[in-house]
Amino acid sequence: MSAKSQGFPWNLLVGFILSIALTLLAVFVAIYTDFSNHVILWVLGVLAIFQAIIQLFMFMHVTEGKEGIINVINMVNSIILALIIVFGSIWVLTSGHASLH
Amino acid sequence: MTSHTTPLEYQSKQTQMNILGFWIFLGAEIVLFSTLFASYFVLEHNTASGPAGQDIFILKDVLIQTFILLTSSFTSGLAIHSMRNQDKRGLLIWMIVTLLLGAGFLYMEINEFIHYVHEGATIQTSGFTAALFTLLGTHGAHVTFGIIWISLLLVQLVRRGITVQTSSKLFIASLYWHFLDVVWIFIFTFVYLKGMVM
Amino acid sequence: MSLDEFFVTGDPLILASQIAIGLTMIGLIALITYLKRWKWLWNEWFTTVDHKKIGIMYILAGVLMFFRGGVDGLLMKAQTSRPELDILNAQHYDEIFTTHGVIMILFMAMPMLIGIMNVVIPLQIGARDVAFPKLNAFSFWTFFAGAMLFNLSFVIGGSPDAGWTSYFPLAGKEFTPGVGNNYYAVSLQIAGIGTLATGINFIVTIMKMRAPGLSWMKLPIFTWSTFITSIIIVAAFPILTIALLFMTLDRLFGTHFFTVAAGGDPMLWLNLFWLWGHPEVYIVVLPAFGMFSEVIATFSRKNLYGYKSMVFAVAGIAFLSMLVWVHHFYTMGNSAAVNSIFSLTTMMIAIPTGVKIFNWLFTMRKGRIEFSTAMLWSLAFIPCFTIGGVTGVMLAMAAADYQYHNTMFLVAHFHYVLIPGVVFAVFAALYYWWPKMFGFKLNEKIGKWHFWLFVIGFNMTFMPMFFVGLDGMSRRMYTYAESTGWGAWLGFSAVGSLVMAAGFAALCYNIYWSFRYASRNVGSDPWNARTLEWATASPAPHYNFAVVPQVEQLDDFWYKKKKGETGLKKKDLKPVHMPSNSWTPIVLAAAFGVVGFFLVFEWFTLAIVASIGIVIGLIANSFDYDDGYHIPVEELEKEEREWRGDLQ
Repeated sequence: MSAKSQGFPWNLLVGFILSIALTLLAVFVAIYTDFSNHVILWVLGVLAIFQAIIQLFMFMHVTEGKEGIINVINMVNSIILALIIVFGSIWVLTSGHASLH
Repeated sequence: MTSHTTPLEYQSKQTQMNILGFWIFLGAEIVLFSTLFASYFVLEHNTASGPAGQDIFILKDVLIQTFILLTSSFTSGLAIHSMRNQDKRGLLIWMIVTLLLGAGFLYMEINEFIHYVHEGATIQTSGFTAALFTLLGTHGAHVTFGIIWISLLLVQLVRRGITVQTSSKLFIASLYWHFLDVVWIFIFTFVYLKGMVM
Repeated sequence: MSLDEFFVTGDPLILASQIAIGLTMIGLIALITYLKRWKWLWNEWFTTVDHKKIGIMYILAGVLMFFRGGVDGLLMKAQTSRPELDILNAQHYDEIFTTHGVIMILFMAMPMLIGIMNVVIPLQIGARDVAFPKLNAFSFWTFFAGAMLFNLSFVIGGSPDAGWTSYFPLAGKEFTPGVGNNYYAVSLQIAGIGTLATGINFIVTIMKMRAPGLSWMKLPIFTWSTFITSIIIVAAFPILTIALLFMTLDRLFGTHFFTVAAGGDPMLWLNLFWLWGHPEVYIVVLPAFGMFSEVIATFSRKNLYGYKSMVFAVAGIAFLSMLVWVHHFYTMGNSAAVNSIFSLTTMMIAIPTGVKIFNWLFTMRKGRIEFSTAMLWSLAFIPCFTIGGVTGVMLAMAAADYQYHNTMFLVAHFHYVLIPGVVFAVFAALYYWWPKMFGFKLNEKIGKWHFWLFVIGFNMTFMPMFFVGLDGMSRRMYTYAESTGWGAWLGFSAVGSLVMAAGFAALCYNIYWSFRYASRNVGSDPWNARTLEWATASPAPHYNFAVVPQVEQLDDFWYKKKKGETGLKKKDLKPVHMPSNSWTPIVLAAAFGVVGFFLVFEWFTLAIVASIGIVIGLIANSFDYDDGYHIPVEELEKEEREWRGDLQ
């Protein structure tokens, strides 16, 4: 916690406006466009990841302090785990026995 | 004897470790929520005889919830900004605004749950509703915990002012709050928007 | 609920145990009161945040649980020792194999390893304690609350009986209506919280509290493996949290996560359970690998062969551990692509594991090997574990697994992995680090009895199970017909389990004997070891190091000893900051235990009332600004002189 004075929090404001804009864009893409579901899902996913990155870098200052690089490694590791868990589970549970639906 | 200087060094190292430890805890939280998401994706089409997502989701309300939470993430950022400028009043005010927005979010979420129950979608209805309520409920429980936690920290802030310890605690709480916002973005995208489209 | 539903009745074995437990409790309380030790117990142990004492409590709890789990094992062996025996009925047998599995993995292996990590890691990196001492105490007490709650099921309410994997739909309310499986869901959840906290604690400790100069590639291998284990804990335990949450909701609140008829999917439980369960195997086995590395290097009087490849092997195993979970349910109807990919990843684990085996062998090559008891365990580990590993590769092949799945072959395989991989390691570690904990060695002669009885008994017990497994005996069978021809094998196996039990008894006798008679004059470094924990007194003082050591290279202490640079300069002494004891961890954990108990019996009002205790504990903890205390230089000097003689 350095005592150095900081000016107007531009990064916070920009982050906030961007996150509102990205949310509205996501709603627009989902409701008012005619892309296939597949494309829409990819676009929505990319927009969500952008928002998460905004929160991480502009609000949570992930790279701040001595541990900046460690935090980034930690987050990347957790995201890889998240992808393994989500896509692994879907693949395992819907490709064979569960073709019931 | 240098005993009067050692504690301060120690404290700053301790608070550094607290913040690092909390980041690692957030890593665990990512795994926790991705397990919930994975289960939701596996079960989302298994509505048995109950309603599906499109039948019960109300986009307008969810959008308002999203804006409330995004704004609260912004205001908690402003609170930390004030804290770093040694502005105790600003910190207090922005944190209280954050808490009020959090409470508003919770109020809307509870109403949303009541609405679902009226539509015939209780947690016991189907695999889909079980996964939906558990995912939303876990996030909501986190928000509730956050509100109580930050309130307690504000009491400590009023009593002690901005010190190494109180500031590190509030910083950690703000990380937690931003993180809940990130989780919500994914819920909004992959539960609600996806549910409306597909 | 009537009283005879509440207490388990009707079985003379359980009745005898109930009486024995009751008498032991009364005796223990009377003894402590008579000796006026309550205050001492509270101040020195219950509220302690000292990593060494917490470690010792973990180990003590682990030994107790080993006894309980071992008795379960002996009962199973007795029941199957001859065809058509009737010592246990089918229901009781189900309960016994369930509690045996859960206790051995979660309440024996985990606390033993975490206990040894607690004792050793801060000392090994030259730190005064872990990063979050109070959280560490909380970890221990939540583990303990979970373990006690789980064991309570045996006398109150009835034990879980759906296997340690508790597969749905069997584990659901429809097929297992009693409270037994509620115990499983709730007590594992409570213990899991503590384990996750331990993982975070050790990651931060190893990252931030290393002695100056102790850079990553100079870390002892045990520290490395603990670090990576902690990362796997943080990666895997949240998955268990969610799986158990789903189980609790299904059983207590009537949700349908795992009910096919209402759109649930029982396969989801298997998927989540093994997403946690497979990494869990590496959580218990990687620290054990680290322990063997320390012991083998010390008693070969050589530095560890292939240090870097050792680090990369551990990291590689950790990475692959998250990618193999499906090999536990190949036969459940996955697509061919799923089974093939997971076959591949599973077999790939053999590569880094093989690297480690060869590194240990090459460490011993041309070394001056000293056959101490700790080293004997490490030597026996290598061939026994290799049998476990090679049969693992057999099971890894999905097509072949259809033959072995759920047979005794599998049971033999994982006992050949976990007993040499974990239990031998824990024994080696206990003999090796015992002087650091208590200031005296365990008796080497009784130790050799312990070793030979246990290793021979182990092979006698589990080797025959490979053969009956290949002959078609499925696991969890409580009895079998004489015409199967398995009687001789399983009879032999039962005899082996008695030999193994005699080995365990030898360990207990050894501990007793050594407490009474062993020489207290062993010095700070009785094994002539290589790593930093031996640079301070035995037993380690509560502040660990009077002066935090400065490190220059791998095995720094070894080279400093050779140069005679291990002395302490008086002018370097500075007051040492220490954390204060705290009552919040034990009280919080007790509250968790009470809430858990009420949840097990679905007494929700009481559970809500009791959870106020948790809230109060958390608030008290948040408002606690205690900053510890300082040990003055005079006291440090006095304590250091006691074992060093003169200071420089």
